[in-house]
Amino acid sequence: MSQSTITNTQARSEAPEVTSSSGLTRAVSRQKGESVGRNRFLLSIYLLFTLLPIYWLINMSLKSNREILSVFSLWPQALTFDSYIKILTDPSWYMGYVNSLTYVAMNMTISILVALPAAYAFSRFKFIGDKHLFFWLLTNLMAPPAVFLLPYFQLYYTVGLFDTHIAVALAHCLFNIPLAVWILEGFMSSVPKEVDETAYIDGYSFPAFFIKIFIPMIRSGIGVTLFFLFMFSWVELLLARTLTATNAQPIGAIMTRTSTASGVDWSTLAAAGVLTIVPGILVVYFVRNHIAKGFALGRT
Amino acid sequence: MNKVENNKAWFLVLPMLVLVAFSAIIPLMTVVNYSVQDILGRSAFFVGSEWFVQTLNDSRLQSALMRQFAFSFTILAIQVPLGIAIALLMPKKGWQASAVLILITLPLLVPWNVVGSMWQIFTRGDIGLMGYGIRQLGYPYNITRNATDAWVTIIIMDVWHWTPLIALLCYSGLRAIPEAYYQAARIDRASKWAVFRYIQLPKLTNVLVIGVLLRFMHSFMIYAEPFVLTGGGPGSSTTFLSQTLATMAIGQQDLGPSAAFSIIYFLIILAVSYVFYVTIMNMQKDKAENNAGGA
Amino acid sequence: MAEIRLRSLAHTYEKDPQSPEDYAIREMEHVWHQGGAYALLGPSGCGKSTMLNIISGLLEPSHGEVIFDTRIVNELSPQERNIAQVFQFPVIYDTMTVFDNLAFPLRNIKTPEHLVKPRVHEVADILELTPLLKRKAKNLSADEKQKVSMGRGLVRDDVSAILFDEPLTVIDPQLKWKLRRKLKQIHEQFNITMIYVTHDQLEASTFAEKIAVMYEGQIVQFGTPRELFEKPAHTFVGFFIGSPGMNFLDIEVTDQGLRYGDITIPVSEKRLAAARASSSDNIRLGIRPEFIHVWDDRNSEAFEVRVKDMEDLGTYRIMTFWFGDALMKARLHEDQRIPQKKAYISFPEQWLNVYIDEFRVEVDDE
Repeated sequence: MSQSTITNTQARSEAPEVTSSSGLTRAVSRQKGESVGRNRFLLSIYLLFTLLPIYWLINMSLKSNREILSVFSLWPQALTFDSYIKILTDPSWYMGYVNSLTYVAMNMTISILVALPAAYAFSRFKFIGDKHLFFWLLTNLMAPPAVFLLPYFQLYYTVGLFDTHIAVALAHCLFNIPLAVWILEGFMSSVPKEVDETAYIDGYSFPAFFIKIFIPMIRSGIGVTLFFLFMFSWVELLLARTLTATNAQPIGAIMTRTSTASGVDWSTLAAAGVLTIVPGILVVYFVRNHIAKGFALGRT
Repeated sequence: MNKVENNKAWFLVLPMLVLVAFSAIIPLMTVVNYSVQDILGRSAFFVGSEWFVQTLNDSRLQSALMRQFAFSFTILAIQVPLGIAIALLMPKKGWQASAVLILITLPLLVPWNVVGSMWQIFTRGDIGLMGYGIRQLGYPYNITRNATDAWVTIIIMDVWHWTPLIALLCYSGLRAIPEAYYQAARIDRASKWAVFRYIQLPKLTNVLVIGVLLRFMHSFMIYAEPFVLTGGGPGSSTTFLSQTLATMAIGQQDLGPSAAFSIIYFLIILAVSYVFYVTIMNMQKDKAENNAGGA
Repeated sequence: MAEIRLRSLAHTYEKDPQSPEDYAIREMEHVWHQGGAYALLGPSGCGKSTMLNIISGLLEPSHGEVIFDTRIVNELSPQERNIAQVFQFPVIYDTMTVFDNLAFPLRNIKTPEHLVKPRVHEVADILELTPLLKRKAKNLSADEKQKVSMGRGLVRDDVSAILFDEPLTVIDPQLKWKLRRKLKQIHEQFNITMIYVTHDQLEASTFAEKIAVMYEGQIVQFGTPRELFEKPAHTFVGFFIGSPGMNFLDIEVTDQGLRYGDITIPVSEKRLAAARASSSDNIRLGIRPEFIHVWDDRNSEAFEVRVKDMEDLGTYRIMTFWFGDALMKARLHEDQRIPQKKAYISFPEQWLNVYIDEFRVEVDDE
């Protein structure tokens, strides 16, 4: 038994096209092995490029300012969490995160609520001016926030919404609602119309059908849309900073405090930066399985 | 899909319309209003196209516009091929796919000013890994003094920040290609290049148009990252349109000219985007016709 | 040219296979001769696509060898085997014209352009694609697309076998017939080995000279359509081929002969001896509905049975009846008298098959 196993292995490792006793030759592929190894290597280089700046930020956040400025080291020589403790215990710091998360959440809620029926209308009906309306919506996606800076400031100041969370949430609707309509329309169009018709025949009213049947069918589309809404509201700073002063100030604006006449508080700045990445990681973790599909905007 | 003609659909669109109009039309009207008036204190004079003429002749706008185009085309030229390449390299399934997906997405979720701070820390000659590293190699790298260094750094930063978007778009486009296409190509003895050229690339055109459109728009609006990283300098070598405008509007309170600037700025984006939009629509119409013909 | 031999071939998708059920293909030997038109027939999930992909090289078998003539080709990729494969859904290169699609496999092996053109035109002629050559391939109908896919296989003159994986799934019924005939024609013209995977027995028997029936990862019978019908080598073949399938009776071997309940069924000594020699208690008797003799009147040879129902299928009728407590079916000619309530039937000896552990007992008097 063991004898035959050995001969067998030997046969397998023989040179190309050598005739064995049975008169058969074993053809050996002329092709080079799969380039998986090379692909992994190139991808690793890119991932390294992606992660290095983030790593450096973390590295800085775990050093004291004295260490940062005195010695150059690839990792903290004297590990300290002082900057994190400072941010998480000082309300004038951590309220920045609360403010940001508040207006992001408000914006996500408003955007998805008005975008759902609108996207449904675009995906199912023809109506007067529909194409122009859709294009106009998309132009808002293209509007540079800088253009709206001053008018927004004046508008919200006049209506008394300046320095409130809702002001930022509404301002972010400018680009987030069109984006949500665009993504949702793609997902909704991939749901066959027969679904609607069957539901109406079964006696569902429109709102009942929409909430009980249609929305569950495009769950993953809604998940992906919320991800995008979060992303664009969370990362925007120009409008958020201009429309707030103290009560609703986003973390991004508070971070500028680290820069003073006596120099920059690098450690705190880095720690605050690291903490702004955390919510993003959580969100992307939740939608990781839908993200590939979502980026094709439901049009695959 | 055949759509039903129904004007009651307007009721479904209405809440959205009210909100977006509040955020877009009223402010836009304010801008238009300012752009044709001279406001001094409480009184305003109608000045017609004066601010437009002045703004169009303003060298700040002209040079910022040139820089803007140079920047947008450079980053597109790098990000599109790089994004496609990364999408091709990404693992297709298993935990590695999820892990790579999450890591790749990270830069997209960093607030834009933090991106600036992060790269400021990363590229400083005294404390930054990249800045310190390059200086150790003997090159006097300095983004606050040397305009070329500042430019290259901002490009690298933008590549870091936004290539993931193209990569993820392409990745999702690639996942939608049925396995049989790859199998048939192997049977047909297609080279890797032929597979890319005749199977993968044609299936990617749709997502790529969306990607290029989004990237063009966003790069044209870039503000926070270079503002934090270089402050627009040295000199005004990295001052792009948004920053020029923000300086005018908030810093100097030049209401009329900055409003005129806003409108010109917006119109440029609109014009370029419209070309993209028409292209997309034509492509989809082609597709619809082909589908109809193929059925 | 190639004869394709599968030697102790088995395949599993599991890393650590435990039971035979973990194998998509259980260990088997098989030979596809050069120039044959074969069908690989079986229900979905029986392993037929897996086998096809192993032959073409898209999959490497976990055990055993794939041998082309005298070469073991296990390690060769599809590119290095002289094989073409047509898939269930037509694969075409969207951006190319029909001509470029057909020329693609030739250009991939750097064929000089002056040789490409005549070859493409020749194949296009056979497939009736000539008027479409300049069209973009993505604008074609499903059957035209599938013809282009086939054309890409035919265009290479080094191809020794073409594998078809249910190629007519997306084709309209009336065009299916046309395409199938085209395939037969091509087979006769080119002397290429063709292996055609399908789950449709009609498709298999109209295309193939010999059919391999696959069941649970094994080829249970390899024979002409007639052999499959008359002498199913496995109970599954009896059940799967023919409509309705074969009748089976679980029987006991006793001193008197083969018994079903308290009925003794007369069979030849040879069959009886074979059944007696077996120690298995899984012994079944099979007979096709077409071969059950239905008598007009009571006689000494016939069993009296209760008729359950009668199905009129136009040119023939299917009678369902109780034989003891087993339900059986028999086929009646159009002009045959229709039995009411009671019928008289017998099982002609030469059409009776004895199955031990699901496999047919071969008796040499046939």
